[in-house]
Amino acid sequence: MANVPEDLQYSKDHEWLRVEGDVAVIGITDYAQNSLGDVVYVELPKSGEKFEAHESFGSVESVKAVSEIFTPISGEVVQVNESLADEPEKVNTDPYGAGWMIRMRMNNPGEVDSLLSAVEYEEFTSGETE
Amino acid sequence: MDTPQLKQTPLNQAHRRMGARMVDFGGWDMPVQYPAGTIEEHLRTRTHAGLFDVSHMGEIDVRGPDSIAFVNRITSNDVTKLVDGQAQYSALTTPEGTVIDDLLVYRFAQDRLLLVVNASTTPKDWDWITSHKAGESVELKNVSADYCQLALQGPGALGILQTLTDLPLSEIKYYHFREGSVDGVPSIVSRTGYTGEDGFEVYAAADKAEQLWDRILEAGRHGETDGALPCGLAARNTLRLESAMALYGNDIDDTTTLYEANLGWICKLNKGDFIGREALARQKEEGVKRRLVGFETTERGIARDHQDVLINGERLGQVTSGSPAPYLKKNIGLAYVPVEFAKEGQEIQIDVRGRAVGAQIVPTPFYKRKKE
Repeated sequence: MANVPEDLQYSKDHEWLRVEGDVAVIGITDYAQNSLGDVVYVELPKSGEKFEAHESFGSVESVKAVSEIFTPISGEVVQVNESLADEPEKVNTDPYGAGWMIRMRMNNPGEVDSLLSAVEYEEFTSGETE
Repeated sequence: MDTPQLKQTPLNQAHRRMGARMVDFGGWDMPVQYPAGTIEEHLRTRTHAGLFDVSHMGEIDVRGPDSIAFVNRITSNDVTKLVDGQAQYSALTTPEGTVIDDLLVYRFAQDRLLLVVNASTTPKDWDWITSHKAGESVELKNVSADYCQLALQGPGALGILQTLTDLPLSEIKYYHFREGSVDGVPSIVSRTGYTGEDGFEVYAAADKAEQLWDRILEAGRHGETDGALPCGLAARNTLRLESAMALYGNDIDDTTTLYEANLGWICKLNKGDFIGREALARQKEEGVKRRLVGFETTERGIARDHQDVLINGERLGQVTSGSPAPYLKKNIGLAYVPVEFAKEGQEIQIDVRGRAVGAQIVPTPFYKRKKE
């Protein structure tokens, strides 16, 4: 079973989000990394780039496939996880920790309310076929 | 995931029991990877041994006095060169010299051959082969469902399999086979494979598949840190790509000729008439306009199947297979390019989702195992 920490918010595109003040930390879920397989390349935006909600901000590539990653909310990138350039496998081994992808300053923290809770996300993925 | 319409190999339950992730592969419910993951499966096959379920492959039994003459007329390689117990890589060709399928031709006797074809093309191949039977005295039988096929590949393959059989495996030469028993199960043991490693493919009755699967993994000390690993289709693909072996449906199909795909070596124009001979002879004489080449990217980025190849800014070709190469730790691919650019060192670019990624044409195979 995929690991779904209770203290995070989730998108239907399989990103997770952790609120830290007015900043959101974003990555992909355990379910997503498991579906992708061994991650070999992560393409991320630069600090200062601005995104609307549900916009593609980069891509994750496994041996087998490419998957775009989407912003769960709107905002401005304030930090990216540079270490994934050399160690993309962190996305597999620690998707909610060392495998985080970007930190965004949120335009509207209220957008977080539209995301799924851990229970809702678990329900969502159990209905989805890989 | 409930997909009852997909075809299953006799090892379907075994794959699920071992935690494989299953995908629809050309209408077959197949393992794409096991819990170890594609990279580990790939590397273990290069360093020790990997076991693959390839029972989805099709088998067509050919018997009768005209078996050799018939198969020689519908395939491009020379079947008359085979001796009993030998196998041959070949192709079913169209009158245009393009490829209906690539296959292995096994010779059991002068009047008995076995054709091993790709899974998703088996129905098409069967129709093609049966409809091209002319006056020859041959009996054709699609026996695909009767067989399981397990491929044990890697430098440790011989040692592992030898513990389960009395057949003197080291005496079986590359592209030869013997009939004998493996763990008490009547089998065909063939020194062939699709990984670029030494190894064997074992054909046996479908209902013995799980027994053989479990016993081979056990003999390979599966579960120990350096033991044999079951491998999925993703590793099968990266292994064959590192070895630059063509994949039907990607690198070759009924729009590509054997010469374009660098398969002139299975094109025996002097063996007598066969379907496509005239077109292939003409192409050999006139030369091809495009050719399949290997490339590796020289900038960050991974080329994928179907992406365009740019040369001097122009869209002049297409990637047929593109992937990271886990053993070589490079990003590689095969692509068709106009023949004037099909030379080592040629700089090209790959259109990776709108970004032009630099690449260079390199010699193939990308990976070649060291012979002992």
